[in-house]
Amino acid sequence: MTGRLGRFLVGLPPYLWLALFFLAPFAIVLKISLSQPDAGIPPYLPLWDAAAEAGRQWRGTFDNYARLAEDGLYLAAYLNSIRIAGIATLACLLIGYPAAYAIARAPTAWRNSLLLLVALPFWTSFLIRVYAWIGILKTEGLLNALLLWLGVIAEPLQILQTDLAVIIGMTYSYLPFMVLPLYATLEKMDLSLLEAAADLGCRPFKAFLAVTLPLSMPGIIAGSLLVFIPAVGEFVIPDLLGGTDTLMIGKILWSEFFDNRDWPVASAVAVAMLVLLVAPIMIVQNARAGAEDKAGGKGRR
Amino acid sequence: MTVAPAPWTDPASVPLIRFDGVSKRFGDVVAVDRVDLAIHKGEFFSLLGASGCGKTTLLRMLAGFEAPSDGRILIDGADVTAVPPYERPVNMMFQSYALFPHMTVAGNIAFGLKQDGLARPVIAAKVKAVLDLVQMGKFADRKPHQLSGGQRQRVALARCLAKEPKVLLLDEPLGALDKKLRQQTQLELVNIQDRVGVTFVMVTHDQEEAMTMSSRIGVMNAGRIQQVGTPVEIYEYPQSRYVADFIGAANMFEGTVSSASSAGVVVACPELAHDLTTAHADPLAGGHPVTVMVRPEKMSIGRDAPADGFNWARGTVADIAYLGDVSIYHVRLDSGRKVEALQANLRHTERHKLTWDDPVFLSWHPADALVLTR
Repeated sequence: MTGRLGRFLVGLPPYLWLALFFLAPFAIVLKISLSQPDAGIPPYLPLWDAAAEAGRQWRGTFDNYARLAEDGLYLAAYLNSIRIAGIATLACLLIGYPAAYAIARAPTAWRNSLLLLVALPFWTSFLIRVYAWIGILKTEGLLNALLLWLGVIAEPLQILQTDLAVIIGMTYSYLPFMVLPLYATLEKMDLSLLEAAADLGCRPFKAFLAVTLPLSMPGIIAGSLLVFIPAVGEFVIPDLLGGTDTLMIGKILWSEFFDNRDWPVASAVAVAMLVLLVAPIMIVQNARAGAEDKAGGKGRR
Repeated sequence: MTVAPAPWTDPASVPLIRFDGVSKRFGDVVAVDRVDLAIHKGEFFSLLGASGCGKTTLLRMLAGFEAPSDGRILIDGADVTAVPPYERPVNMMFQSYALFPHMTVAGNIAFGLKQDGLARPVIAAKVKAVLDLVQMGKFADRKPHQLSGGQRQRVALARCLAKEPKVLLLDEPLGALDKKLRQQTQLELVNIQDRVGVTFVMVTHDQEEAMTMSSRIGVMNAGRIQQVGTPVEIYEYPQSRYVADFIGAANMFEGTVSSASSAGVVVACPELAHDLTTAHADPLAGGHPVTVMVRPEKMSIGRDAPADGFNWARGTVADIAYLGDVSIYHVRLDSGRKVEALQANLRHTERHKLTWDDPVFLSWHPADALVLTR
């Protein structure tokens, strides 16, 4: 009896936290997204018209969502966000996998120091680090200066204010979120499996593809989700590094909210992003768990 | 067990595996120290020793996971010292089994065959054949984590056998199994080896396991091979104090050679205050320090002084370990040191005549006393 109560009490704080800081704000956003815009403060009308004569009257509307569907700008922004975040995730994976692999196979004494180096950028403000990239990527910046000096290019490249700059910025910012989960799966891998593969006649690179890669899949998926999800909704990086034509949903949301003061549409953008992004990911995760159940059964260990 | 003459006694027989002055150093630590060893085709050879004696390192060098610091390793006449593991005609069964957790039982076994570029139907037929051999045919579609320890062990064995290697290496193959399953599996492994005719090289720290399964045993200590021989040779004729002590129980008496003749060596033993006669044929110089070793089951225990011609020692019963079929008597000699005598409990009551603190005589035949000089 006390055991069950204890477990309940221990489990309570995270649920309370989620309820207070995720569910409640989300409910407010959902409410605003169903409201009609207004020129007052706050800039929307309440869902129920308390002043109506025949009691309270429903004044909610789906117009804001209809606008998202009608205006091609929003769909384009969603798709472009997914494209840019997808490329950044892939870049993080391509850079992060070898890095995580190298750390996991480094001498035990080095590993913690190397992991600390991965996390080191967090000690400086995210905003400042993104600003620093402006200095690197701008036309007369460090990167162009280096390429000119090396003779690779004759004219400075326009990198800043392009999608490429946004992708570079995202890859840089989110790389640790890829490296850490990958390291965790690679580090705990039983190395005798690779010896067994070699023993059975498998060359090292093939053994990597046949054994290491599939066994690190949980880390690849976890790392990719940790990069992809925040990258899709990213505002700061496209705002600072991207151009005026870099269409990303985070920027749209910002401009609807602050420039147009259209809170209901901004809220609809936020809700739609959550549904469009989280729903597919949950379906994929469920399918994966289902497939594992079918193949492996439950009760591992 | 075998009727044909043993290949290792035939000087014309070419060994399948040869270690030629092989050493392995890890930094300052010498794990394997100048090992020369020849293993013949069809043998079940065991490397036996305490942990840290270098036996696993020797096995891993044979598999190709470690490169020798010195010396050469030959398999079937070819120098494989620099050959990577994936090109060696040997397969290893790992202590942890090292089954691929993301593949089914059949997938694990097919893995090695795919590396050889065999056709699908050939692979399927081979997988089925080895699974039947280890009686795991019903489990082909299971994943390793759905199997018991004993079943995983069979799959690991099948995965090696499927490759039809020239040599199969086993690293503590039964270490993860419980005692009953281990004894049953010991004989099964020997039967399988008999049927497929592959040469087995096994590493174990369990002397009973080595004795039960092996055609020959190499006893290792501190990186060196102490003695190579059949289980009988190792037990009955150990060549050093270390081997005598490591295999089974041994009673040792220190002394010096007082005389040597064709009949044997006579050893003066200060502890017993009389000479011990042995059948040791090697004529040793007088005064040479030696150890006389007698196995507990070769010792008779009784109240009466033994007949002439027997060696003897006098003491009192300090402890009796009654094991049902046999009893082990711990006898405290006059010198205060304890020795062991093992007697079969042949009759219901006879042995009960001896009890704690009884004065007894221990006696043994000169032929059962071994003279050790190392």
